[in-house]
Amino acid sequence: MAADFVSNFWHWFIIIPTVVGILALIPLVIFNRGKKITDKPETMGHVWDEDLEEYNNPLPKWWLNMFYITIVFGLGYLLLYPGLGTFQGMWGWSSTGQYDREITAANEEFGPLFKKYAAIDVETLAKDPEALKTGERLFANYCSTCHGADARGAVGFPNLRDDAWLYGSEPVAIKTSILNGRAGMMPGWQAALGDDGVKQVTEFVLSLSRKDVDLDAAQAGREHYNKMCIACHGPEAKGNKALGGANLADNVWLYGGSRNAVMRTIAQGRQGRMPPHKDFLGEDKAHLLTAYVYSLSIGKNQ
Amino acid sequence: MSTENTYNYRVVRQFAIMTVVWGIVGMLVGVIIAAQMAWPALNFDIAWLTFGRLRPLHTNAVIFAFGGCALFASSYYVVQRTCHVRLFSDKLAGFTFWGWQSVIVLAAITLPLGITTSKEYAELEWPIDLLITVVWVAYAVVFFGTLMKRRINHIYVANWFFAGFIITIAVLHVVNSAALPVSFLKSYSAYAGVQDAMIQWWYGHNAVGFFLTAGFLGIMYYFIPKQAERPVYSYRLSVVHFWALVFTYIWAGPHHLHYTALPDWAQSLGMAFSLILLAPSWGGMINGIMTLSGAWEKLRTDPILKFLIVSVSFYGMSTFEGPMMSIKTVNALSHYTDWTIGHVHSGALGWVAFVSIGAMYYLIPRLFNRELYSVKLAELHFWISTIGIVLYITSMWISGVMQGLMWRAINQDGTLTYSFVESVQAMHPYYIIRTLGGVLFLVGMLIMAYNLYRTVVGAKPHEAAIPAVAH
Repeated sequence: MAADFVSNFWHWFIIIPTVVGILALIPLVIFNRGKKITDKPETMGHVWDEDLEEYNNPLPKWWLNMFYITIVFGLGYLLLYPGLGTFQGMWGWSSTGQYDREITAANEEFGPLFKKYAAIDVETLAKDPEALKTGERLFANYCSTCHGADARGAVGFPNLRDDAWLYGSEPVAIKTSILNGRAGMMPGWQAALGDDGVKQVTEFVLSLSRKDVDLDAAQAGREHYNKMCIACHGPEAKGNKALGGANLADNVWLYGGSRNAVMRTIAQGRQGRMPPHKDFLGEDKAHLLTAYVYSLSIGKNQ
Repeated sequence: MSTENTYNYRVVRQFAIMTVVWGIVGMLVGVIIAAQMAWPALNFDIAWLTFGRLRPLHTNAVIFAFGGCALFASSYYVVQRTCHVRLFSDKLAGFTFWGWQSVIVLAAITLPLGITTSKEYAELEWPIDLLITVVWVAYAVVFFGTLMKRRINHIYVANWFFAGFIITIAVLHVVNSAALPVSFLKSYSAYAGVQDAMIQWWYGHNAVGFFLTAGFLGIMYYFIPKQAERPVYSYRLSVVHFWALVFTYIWAGPHHLHYTALPDWAQSLGMAFSLILLAPSWGGMINGIMTLSGAWEKLRTDPILKFLIVSVSFYGMSTFEGPMMSIKTVNALSHYTDWTIGHVHSGALGWVAFVSIGAMYYLIPRLFNRELYSVKLAELHFWISTIGIVLYITSMWISGVMQGLMWRAINQDGTLTYSFVESVQAMHPYYIIRTLGGVLFLVGMLIMAYNLYRTVVGAKPHEAAIPAVAH
């Protein structure tokens, strides 16, 4: 708290105008409150614009009392809570303290449940409807923004319900993705391939999953592929799960399968990013989420 | 008649007419973005029609174009009539009109183009900020120059509020808009991080406190006693609540930054002062409503008084709601939800727009020396707008509280019960109701425009002679 201020001057710079200001409201109302309500109020004796006048009725009692109550409340609040410079308040409250308390309480209350799930292996957990219900809620709040409420993904965000897996469908691979995140590293080849080369490789890649391609260009593209792409995407273009190299032959397209989209991917590269969740969710929740994600594609693998 | 014996109604007329015009424009944009919230496809995928571009256009148009013109018109009218002198300088007053309209037009061009400082209610880029500063200084010269040559020793209460509003807005605008220009259309704030946030909400909340409150209390203090033909209820109360209000408001900004990186001590001060602000705010409401005591029957037949008195009631309601929402535990629920939007609009539609509408119905016929074309239409306007406000506020209350509760609801396993998108889905019906409320309010404004057009069409501008000072 003291770190908010470079010197003690600011401490008093806050306290003095605050307290003096609030206290000054009291004489302001007391000396101006007026005496009693007469049956026939008198005007102040000034007239503006032909007929504008002012009565001088006293301040309403209920209004004055309301004013006093808020002043007392305000001063009381500043005694109990931090407000007056570096003074912490008599209750020692702080927003970070409240946050820590709430997190600790939540962990104490809900931690054991997730600990229990963490001890069960993913394949078993993926068949437990209670666990999946909790997993689905976690997914809805932490994952659906990118992967969609139905987990079917979006352009740039993988579909988790199909059998196409960049890094593998095994529980350990899914869990690693959740805990540590993933960084896609498809480089751009425009400089190395030139316009023609990019077009040729595009035709080749498309030829793996469709028929309406320029076969001559595809043939030329294959040669580029064997030099530049094979290391990550493999000799049969079926990808490499250790590197996250995508399978190019399965007609599943993370960034779209149109000629233009594939061309853009080859020319400029793609750097998809799955953020790490280890510090945010912790191991136990990540384990349960793994089971949920794993359950989505059960029966679709192999 | 030499000009020194007449009031300058010309500039008042100009601002009064533009109040109605900009009111319609600003509220139309409001209806469009409200509809976009309910049916997002309505931005037609055109960049300058998207919510992010039009929302600042809406806020700037209703606050500074509609509200600003209402304040210029009424303050110029009131300061002349209560000082019994013509405006200090016709030329300078004319400059404030054309200068202010230029600011509005520049805003209407730059904001949809996405040219913005991204500071809420201060989005305009630095060249426009400089123009605002020049116009505002001219406004201050005209206003205070007129006050100084007044023929009545005592300064009428409405003028204190206008004076407080003009001085404070100048300070707020200059300090908050301080920026480093990197090009003609782009600048960066002079402040960084949480200090920028604090300066921004010191400005933002006092734009509410001084532009939308003190200024419009000035309007209230002239037009309610005039229309009710009754003296102001209590001079003492006006003194006390004026000083308490201007002193307390300036501290209240940090309540916009509860539970953020703003240090705890600043948040606490903001909350304590926001609560103390309740009584000073209600002082204005009491003085407005009690001025009518003894003449309540006028409310039945006079739509102008209806607008004015209901505006003060909404003022009282929102200035009760505001301090409640500044309490940290309440704020933890209400912050970032539609409740805030509802709160702002009970102030903006119920208080600011209603008191301005009442003042314009009073003012515009007098500026052309005509009678209002149709009292019945004004009555219709009142009821349509009132229903519109009620639909708007109640739908946002329900939507906001529901949103806040959905965000914090947790299951027995500690997971959140609802994902964010479920709360968005739940808000949809209320967004439709809110749009309907906005449409009704806009329809009311169109009725007003027609009524006032029929009132003044063919009329010669009125030159009012300055009456002798009473006593």
